[in-house]
Amino acid sequence: MKAFSQLLDRLTYTPARNAKLMLMRNYFLATPDPDRGYALAALTDGLPIEVPLRRVLAEIGGSRFDPALFRMSRDDVGDTAETVALIWPVTQAQGDAPRLPEIVAAVARAGRGGHAALLTQWLDRLDATGRWALLKFLSGAPRVGVSARLAKQAVADAFGHSIGDIEELWHGITPPYTELFAWLEGKALRPPPAATPVFRPMMLAHALEEPDWQAMNPGDFAAEWKWDGIRIQVAARGGATRLFSRTGDDIGQAFPELVDHFRFDAVLDGELLVVRNGGAASFQDLQQRLNRKTVTRAMLTRYPAHVRFYDALEIGAEDLRGLPFTARRERLEAWRRQVDPAHSDLSELLTFAGKEELKARWEAARGEGIEGLMLKRRTSPYLAGRPKGHWYKWKRAALTADCVLLYAQKGSGKRSSFYSDYTFGAWTRKDGQPVLVPVGKAYSGFTDEELARLDRFVRQNTIDRFGPVRSVMPKLVLEIAFDAIQPSTRHKSGIAMRFPRVSRIRWDKPAKEADTLETLKGLITSVS
Amino acid sequence: MAVPPFESWLRPGPSGLYCAPGDFFIDPAGPAPRAIITHGHSDHARPGHAAVLATADTLAIMRLRLGELGQTQALAYGEPLTVKDVTVTLVPAGHILGSAQIVIDYQGQRAVISGDYKRHADPTCDPFEPVPCHLFVTEATFGLPVYRHEPDTAEVRKLLASLRDFPERTHQIGVYGLGKCQRLIRLIRQAGYDRPIWLHGALRSMTDYYVSRGFDLGAVPDATDAPDRLAGEIVLSPPSALGDRWSRRFADPLPGFASGWMRIRGRVRQRGVELPLIISDHCDWPELIRTVTETGAAEVWVTHGREEALVHELGKRQIVARALRLVGREDDAE
Repeated sequence: MKAFSQLLDRLTYTPARNAKLMLMRNYFLATPDPDRGYALAALTDGLPIEVPLRRVLAEIGGSRFDPALFRMSRDDVGDTAETVALIWPVTQAQGDAPRLPEIVAAVARAGRGGHAALLTQWLDRLDATGRWALLKFLSGAPRVGVSARLAKQAVADAFGHSIGDIEELWHGITPPYTELFAWLEGKALRPPPAATPVFRPMMLAHALEEPDWQAMNPGDFAAEWKWDGIRIQVAARGGATRLFSRTGDDIGQAFPELVDHFRFDAVLDGELLVVRNGGAASFQDLQQRLNRKTVTRAMLTRYPAHVRFYDALEIGAEDLRGLPFTARRERLEAWRRQVDPAHSDLSELLTFAGKEELKARWEAARGEGIEGLMLKRRTSPYLAGRPKGHWYKWKRAALTADCVLLYAQKGSGKRSSFYSDYTFGAWTRKDGQPVLVPVGKAYSGFTDEELARLDRFVRQNTIDRFGPVRSVMPKLVLEIAFDAIQPSTRHKSGIAMRFPRVSRIRWDKPAKEADTLETLKGLITSVS
Repeated sequence: MAVPPFESWLRPGPSGLYCAPGDFFIDPAGPAPRAIITHGHSDHARPGHAAVLATADTLAIMRLRLGELGQTQALAYGEPLTVKDVTVTLVPAGHILGSAQIVIDYQGQRAVISGDYKRHADPTCDPFEPVPCHLFVTEATFGLPVYRHEPDTAEVRKLLASLRDFPERTHQIGVYGLGKCQRLIRLIRQAGYDRPIWLHGALRSMTDYYVSRGFDLGAVPDATDAPDRLAGEIVLSPPSALGDRWSRRFADPLPGFASGWMRIRGRVRQRGVELPLIISDHCDWPELIRTVTETGAAEVWVTHGREEALVHELGKRQIVARALRLVGREDDAE
């Protein structure tokens, strides 16, 4: 528990990815089984225990501390579990700090009524950091700034394997993952492939840069529309169906209509969309369906989910990943003629005669409300990760608007001394007077030299401060690039920009010549 | 003989505590004709008084920070001094070099105004001495049971361990310039670290004063004179210089902060601190309760901090406590 609590403690204060990886690597190498496996389960949100923490803490709190002092402390600390950890009185500890396997086993054995006694006894035996880590551990999702994928990456790095090796096994193994660690340490054979559907690492695309385009022979590539949904892998085998996000998280629970209809034996790659009357709805509509534990009937009707398939990794027992793209595509089409599940279709292959025609189709994308094109090398096998030279995403040209810098805030990590997060506005009229209303926030798009100059500008033109936020003299125009504008009820301006970034800094342009809110509203994408 | 209530001769007001039979203020918030100063921190030692009484160290610190002081009188610890109708004695408060509790005896009643104080051992000042009294005036900066400071040696070990883990990064630690800075340097030296500890210019004059008073702080050069980007070295600066332009000269600076506030994760995150060091020059909660109890005071006044919780806790222990809410005290400067 001590090593685990130190790990969690340091992870919360460490923003840099590499430093987090180092901390986790050291932990997995130095900690014995099965403790490290339970730690891995906690970091990947896969811990097989459930404790109603809030209720249990309320139950035991009164016996150990004054409720009035607890309330005042809670107001100061801002977090209930942390307050309990800090306020817990020092006692003559009975016995050593509990180990993670001991905690998991005892929680599983204890019924609902037994949790309070267990927790009290453990809290008595731990120091403040240990108590905090215990409560984090029992909460099921410690939230210490580590994604499930980063934790798996650390395990892979620690033992000199690739994360792909671990992803392939992941859904076939369970905490405390002793067979995984035994294999990683070379003490046992690789765990057998799971009988249940497992996640296959996905093949990802690079953004198309000008040199790529120049060097491209169009005959070598197939083209598809770039759909504005989320990437999904449908893995169905032996009557079980899983929907995996690109990071390998199973999101099937939120999409029961898909899981119910996808009864086949294949692993397919595609885009998850909300589709009405054959047309893809906006990303905002899809967001209504994401990250939900339960789905109402009304949501199924209002936001019908759909998968547009574009690749096949396995069909039946056959692994197709070594085949070229065109061969896999033929197999996908043949499969579809046979199976054709509801709530799905195929992503159309676009025909084009040459480079010019391809470019014309790309230019037409915005008019059709489409994000851009995908270009896939016809001979490429299905490769895990983001290999160079195989798949390209060619996003439609960005829209731009001239906006005025209004507020700035410091960044984090290497940017912690720079004002690098900018809120910008557009002109509108209020009571007949021109005023600036905030329309978005941008953090990127400038070089280090430009950042240094922007930082100086913010410091020299600050007119007010609200905590970490500086309000600046509204006189600097930023040309903002963005992918789309959508109506929004959450923002005062009534609009929301997708992927705004700074494309140019208009040191030359007077603020009064910046764009108006009405102009921006005119760019709202009409979607079905 | 009836005992006069404390309020009749020791009056809390907007400019601080005023002792009527002695005709002086204690740590007044604005210029006063006669002031007794508990210690040199700027929220207690303000400029512009006509006459100042304090320990010799506090007076020296005030001169360094404020310039000339007008009429001054130094009083050593433990030497009673008659001031009009009262007797004043200064007793070590354990907060910083020169810090004193003000003990006032008047008509058989004793009041102790403790200023800021702590009970943790500190190699850079005399330890706090509890004085039995009838009225004890206390601060409550960390007046909540969630504040329990760790042993400072363990916190310094955390710093040295981080230097080993991240030898490519400058460890820039935010410290309050008077007291915390010099204490931390001594603690680091006691842990066996003998490399130079680099200083921000704002920490120079107080650190030099401690050295002149005989504290061995080792090599403490100016960070701006460093030959390189100080990867793997310790740099001390005021907290305000963490993540600011000044820090850009260093190698991927790892921001630390030595303060009792580092107990609370939200405060650590809010300041963007990666290495929190829970080292405080104030009492934690158990020390506050213990100190008040040890003085045997039947009445307690709480000057500033989280007074509500302390008043509540003392009430449970049959001690009459009231919150003064003195203005001008900056507990965030800890």
